[in-house]
Amino acid sequence: MDKKDIVIKVCSGTGSLSAGGKDVLEAFRSLAASTGTQAEFRDRCTAHQVGCRGFCSRDVLVDVIINGEKITYELIKPDMVPRIFEEHILQGDPVDEWMAGEQHREFHAAQTKIVLSHCGEMDPESLDAYLASGGYEAAHQAFVRMTPGEIIEEIKRSALRGRGGAGFPTGLKWEFAGRMRSKEKYVVCNGNESDPGAFADRCIIEGDPHSVIEGMMICARAIGAERGYIYVRDSYALAVKRLGLALRQCREHGFLGSNVFDSGFDLDIRLYPAPGAFICGEATALMKSIEGKRAMPSPRMWRTAEKGLWGRPTVINNVETLANVPRILGRGAEWFAGVGTENSGGTKVFSLTGKVKNTGLVEIPMGVTLREVIYGIGGGMVEDRAFKGIQLGGPTGGCLSEAFLDSRVDYESLALAGTIMGSGGMVVLDETSCIVDTARFFLDITQAESCGKCTPCRLGLRRMFEILQRITNGHGRNGDIELLEDLGSHIRATSLCGFGMTAPNPVLTTIRYFRDEYAVHIKDRKCPALVCKNLLTYSCIQENCTGCGLCKKVCPSDAIRGTRKKSHKIDQDLCVKCGSCFDACKFDAVLRE
Amino acid sequence: MTNSIEEIKNNDLLLVIGSNTTETHPIIGLQMKKAVRKGAKLIVIDPRRIELVKWSHDWLQLRPGTDVALLNSIMHVIVKQGLIDQSFMDSRTQGFEEFKDTLSRYTPEYAEEITGVPRGKIVETAYLYANAFTPGIYYTMGVTQHTHGTDNVFCIANLALMTGNLGRSSTGVNPLRGQNNVQGATDMGCVPAFYPGYQSVDLSGVREKFEKAWKTGLSARPGLTATEMTEAALQSSLKAMYIKGENPVLSDPDIQHTVKALKNLDLLIVQDIFLTETAELADVVLPAACFAEKEGTFTNTERRVQRVRKAVDPPGEAREDSWIISRLSGKLGYPMHYENMEDVFREAGKVWPALAGITYARIQGRGLQWPCPTRDHPGTQYLFKGGFPKKRAVFTRVEYRPSEELPDLEYPLVLNTGREQFQYHTGTMTRRVKAVNKISPEAYVEVHPEDARKTGVDHGQMVEVSSRRGSIRIRCHISPRPLKGTVFIPFHFKEAAANMLTNTRRDPVAGIPELKVCAVRLEPVKK
Amino acid sequence: MVTLNIDGQDITVDRSYTLLDAVREMGITIPTLCHHPDLSLFGGCRLCLVEGSGMRRPAASCVTPVQEGMVVQSSTPYLERLRKTNVELLLSDHPNDCMLCERAGNCKLQELAYYYGLREHRFEGDRRIYSRKDNNPFLQREMEKCVMCGQCVRICDEIQGVGAIDFAYKGLWTKVTPPFERDLDCEFCGQCVGVCPTGALTGRIWAGKGRQKFREVDTVCSYCGCGCILTLAVKKNQIARIYSRKDTINEGMLCAKGRFAYEFVNSPERLTRPLIRTAPKKDWQLNDSGRYAQVKPERSSTNSSGVFREVSWEEALDHIAFRIKEIKDVHGADAIGGLASARCTNEENYLFQKFMRAAVGTNNVDHCARY
Repeated sequence: MDKKDIVIKVCSGTGSLSAGGKDVLEAFRSLAASTGTQAEFRDRCTAHQVGCRGFCSRDVLVDVIINGEKITYELIKPDMVPRIFEEHILQGDPVDEWMAGEQHREFHAAQTKIVLSHCGEMDPESLDAYLASGGYEAAHQAFVRMTPGEIIEEIKRSALRGRGGAGFPTGLKWEFAGRMRSKEKYVVCNGNESDPGAFADRCIIEGDPHSVIEGMMICARAIGAERGYIYVRDSYALAVKRLGLALRQCREHGFLGSNVFDSGFDLDIRLYPAPGAFICGEATALMKSIEGKRAMPSPRMWRTAEKGLWGRPTVINNVETLANVPRILGRGAEWFAGVGTENSGGTKVFSLTGKVKNTGLVEIPMGVTLREVIYGIGGGMVEDRAFKGIQLGGPTGGCLSEAFLDSRVDYESLALAGTIMGSGGMVVLDETSCIVDTARFFLDITQAESCGKCTPCRLGLRRMFEILQRITNGHGRNGDIELLEDLGSHIRATSLCGFGMTAPNPVLTTIRYFRDEYAVHIKDRKCPALVCKNLLTYSCIQENCTGCGLCKKVCPSDAIRGTRKKSHKIDQDLCVKCGSCFDACKFDAVLRE
Repeated sequence: MTNSIEEIKNNDLLLVIGSNTTETHPIIGLQMKKAVRKGAKLIVIDPRRIELVKWSHDWLQLRPGTDVALLNSIMHVIVKQGLIDQSFMDSRTQGFEEFKDTLSRYTPEYAEEITGVPRGKIVETAYLYANAFTPGIYYTMGVTQHTHGTDNVFCIANLALMTGNLGRSSTGVNPLRGQNNVQGATDMGCVPAFYPGYQSVDLSGVREKFEKAWKTGLSARPGLTATEMTEAALQSSLKAMYIKGENPVLSDPDIQHTVKALKNLDLLIVQDIFLTETAELADVVLPAACFAEKEGTFTNTERRVQRVRKAVDPPGEAREDSWIISRLSGKLGYPMHYENMEDVFREAGKVWPALAGITYARIQGRGLQWPCPTRDHPGTQYLFKGGFPKKRAVFTRVEYRPSEELPDLEYPLVLNTGREQFQYHTGTMTRRVKAVNKISPEAYVEVHPEDARKTGVDHGQMVEVSSRRGSIRIRCHISPRPLKGTVFIPFHFKEAAANMLTNTRRDPVAGIPELKVCAVRLEPVKK
Repeated sequence: MVTLNIDGQDITVDRSYTLLDAVREMGITIPTLCHHPDLSLFGGCRLCLVEGSGMRRPAASCVTPVQEGMVVQSSTPYLERLRKTNVELLLSDHPNDCMLCERAGNCKLQELAYYYGLREHRFEGDRRIYSRKDNNPFLQREMEKCVMCGQCVRICDEIQGVGAIDFAYKGLWTKVTPPFERDLDCEFCGQCVGVCPTGALTGRIWAGKGRQKFREVDTVCSYCGCGCILTLAVKKNQIARIYSRKDTINEGMLCAKGRFAYEFVNSPERLTRPLIRTAPKKDWQLNDSGRYAQVKPERSSTNSSGVFREVSWEEALDHIAFRIKEIKDVHGADAIGGLASARCTNEENYLFQKFMRAAVGTNNVDHCARY
């Protein structure tokens, strides 16, 4: 056989591993190492793990690259490996039926991969792989050839803004810290991603830990810090493991420690596994946490760049922000700024979830419209149902209605619409999602995650949650909407930290855009989306009922009466609204409303 | 104290010797913590790992009773390294040249041998103290309750003098007084050698002044100190004692000895608020009023005279001490007539000018620190500003002398006694407070883990501690606090009174008993 | 120095001032629950809100540094509404226990509710209820009444240096507690009680002793030599509680003894009448091992033991005077000694030594300065 270079890349993010990625990789590896393969390809057939490529709903994803020609398989199980190996690798005949199809192409087509460019391509546990792709060249350049001022200028020109949510210009932040005269300064990487459904930072760390470290190194050099902390949730086990490994590799190679790159500068970066409360992501709380105290936000009397960790100048950047930094230095600020809009350079990674066909991690240039994301990358709505709204920015973000489908995704436009970029969560809602229930769901999270320090957040959010709870339970009262609005704006106006200021967003925006749905819940005691269980009624459609009696059999509360072959009746007083009859009926004779 | 409590926070170095400040003077302890938070260095010299050690820059864990060697060695380093304040000494002290020689043998190496404190720490302490801008020395009974207690205090004085660390704000020597008005009682002349205001009874001019003021003849013979009175009672030369608000049975060394002495008296009058252990031996017991039941003044450790005000009436027929004393005085043919307590205070001010400027009206609020000689004098925040009363302070030669009773084969451990946080003194008051008794219910002996292993005692077990004078049964607390080879017992508890064990040997000058060092034996209680 | 305008009035203050400092310096009252001048800044209660130029939203004045040229309003209808809502929220999670609460009449939350006329609030929902009670002997901790001002946490850590308590849990269930919800086990200095704005922390011995219309008597602590100024709150000839004012030499701080150990004043064991001995003095006995040990502690009974006889003052003093004269006549004045007390006042001690020297005629007078 002619000389073939064969590379097999098996996705190994957390999503993939739980879908059996490890076994798939092992299966490929053992086949690659088998005597037959060895005889034929020697060492030119390798199988290795790569970071998550974002399309986790189709895991395990496997790339088979023969002489540079890539075929992607999806939904691979270990028992499918031998056939791929046999037919594709040995005989050069790809297994068509398992190849990733239209969806996969659609999902990736509209994305611009900068931060995620290594994910899905490179073995995250291998420093060599990172170096091979030009890794640590930017850091080397920063330490050896650039002055701090030049680095900061470059970052400023790139229009990179903080990806943690608030969108503060990163270069400016560095400049503030760089200007401070202090023996000690710190650079902190905020990896306390806690929004339910957000996993961008996790994927970056798991798939490309070295770029985060490199970003921190560049930042440390720019501001003059000799110590860095990576604050990452302890529950991100794989991320913690890979970061730890990457830091070890860096120390062994002299990228960290004393006299980095023979530049005369010292830098040590430590991993701080975080307890993982939501509020730990707030910058001042995060610093308290690293200092060994309870993570509670402090009033912002100074910028953290002036007085941060242990009262020293500190730059806190989000994982994604830092991962962008080596790319900016590598390819130039102009290139990066060119990708996004005028005020927001580069891309943003979103966790696209909810009622769209393709869910997963998507990286889009700043300024793309929501419609492009949902109908392009997302492939449209599940079962082509009607789009209803989209919750942006996690539980403290806002919910936008259809009217905003054509608004752009950048910091200013989102703020105008009443929401935030936040951690980049996008939850798409359709007509089967109840708006009030969605707001209740997010408030349930935020009221439980309030640190308890300030009155409006600790008690106000709880009271809002309780009002929402009573509305979804069918006990809403006249005036509840106004009370929610009043309380929401109160919390926004008086809370101590950014968490409290944004936490009422889901309620305030849903009331703003979907006020009628609230009103229906309260006045008519109905849930149009048929989600709020206590507002549902089940009744028998006489014309359709054949009197088969199946519903009667499955009813757990004996609420259905009727004789055989005659139409049945549901006793509303006894009905517990479990929906068993609705599911059981074969004749669509149960009406749910 | 030469300085004030509020000055503590501005110390840049605190040398705390033999004082468990945070437990025995909690509020002064707070000021020390404040100073440390502000960046001051704290050096603790104590055989026990007291709470302050946690706050300290360095801890010199010396063997009990070796203070003179340690302090002399610190001074040795200061002299040798030229860290002395020559201009201060030139203008305000005398006798340094003669004194200097005594230090020569106290090299850090020699001191390490005696005290067990590593030489490096001695040297560092010398540098830190001599180079500090506003250093303060703080000490209590850990320094004084030794047969060489006076020597210890002389050493501290020498140290402060040679470095010029006296007579400035936040800079001085500060003995912390252990009781609310121990300062006042001494000021008021409740000491055998002095009339009020430290005026010697054997100086004829002084005596005549008081004879005139009190309109009666006075004895020229200096009297007996408390411990001497006990001895005299034992030898029957003292026949009667009038004890007011004291409980020597528990507070004095060697209870057996004290009890025997008090029983030997023909007449013992005890005036107190409870039937104390001492009152149980009395012939006559007089019920007195407590602090909340009377008017008057207390003088605290920083010489601040403050108003005590009556809040409640005394129970039953209990009376203010002043009432009792003046009545009794009248019966003895020396009537005392005072309109009110301020009258008494005014009289004290007349015989002792340092109080002359203080009136009750002036101390409505915060009180005044004596000396305060005139009505417009603001009080004296710290002493020796601009000079000493005797023009020049004198250096005193002091040599190290071991404690009187050292451990031997029969009694291998050193007993240290003191206070704990929640109880107070002989417990007359605090042991009658339910909450205090719940948190601090019984006596205990703190034993170093290694000593515990050697003697075979367990934590929480009852053990017998005995000395040549007696023995007590007490609960054993194995604790890392004491120095190996020493044990600690708080003296508040009469059921296991530490003073059953202690030695009555006294300091020859001050008459203070050696309560901090005696030899004891520890053994498990035989069933 | 910085000049700013508050409520239409210019004021020049030091750069280190916060807006709250400046506002208070002008004599304007602004409500706070969590602020304490000696502790680190907290900014939790959100009552001291102010509005001003260049502020996007109301700012908590206690944590806002003054800036040159600021124009600030300390009270507007909008601010009052926000404050009132915050008080409402606090009340919605507060037991309606003012009838029995030790702090009624001296409670900041009650005062705020009164000021804003809040009998009812607009919210209903869960309230914290804790079945587990802290059994420490000194402090009554009713954490349902806690408003999370954090002053106790800060004073314990920053002044006392103990750090016995901290916040735990999240959201509504946030709670100030010792580690692992154990009983409080600390120095019991009660500094936390002194700063608690509500009835969450009180002295256990305060209960039922009265809570208002105290006669307040300033006096000096009778324990160690620090000389802390105590304020005795007296009711019905009893000390109901003890606290200390901020403007004292001890800056309002006390220790466990000074603050809580005053029960002895009203002890039934107090001596109430003069006693004269009737029975011989008891001996301290030899124990089995041939060494001296104390007699089994026997509850010292004052009047009924038969050892002493209660007498009138007249009889007691006559008896003493007679015996002293007798001894003085036979053995001389120096056969008599007196021990004064470091616990008594200056005046009493002055009189005592004067009595010994002038009336008895000896210099045998001393006290326990040495131990």
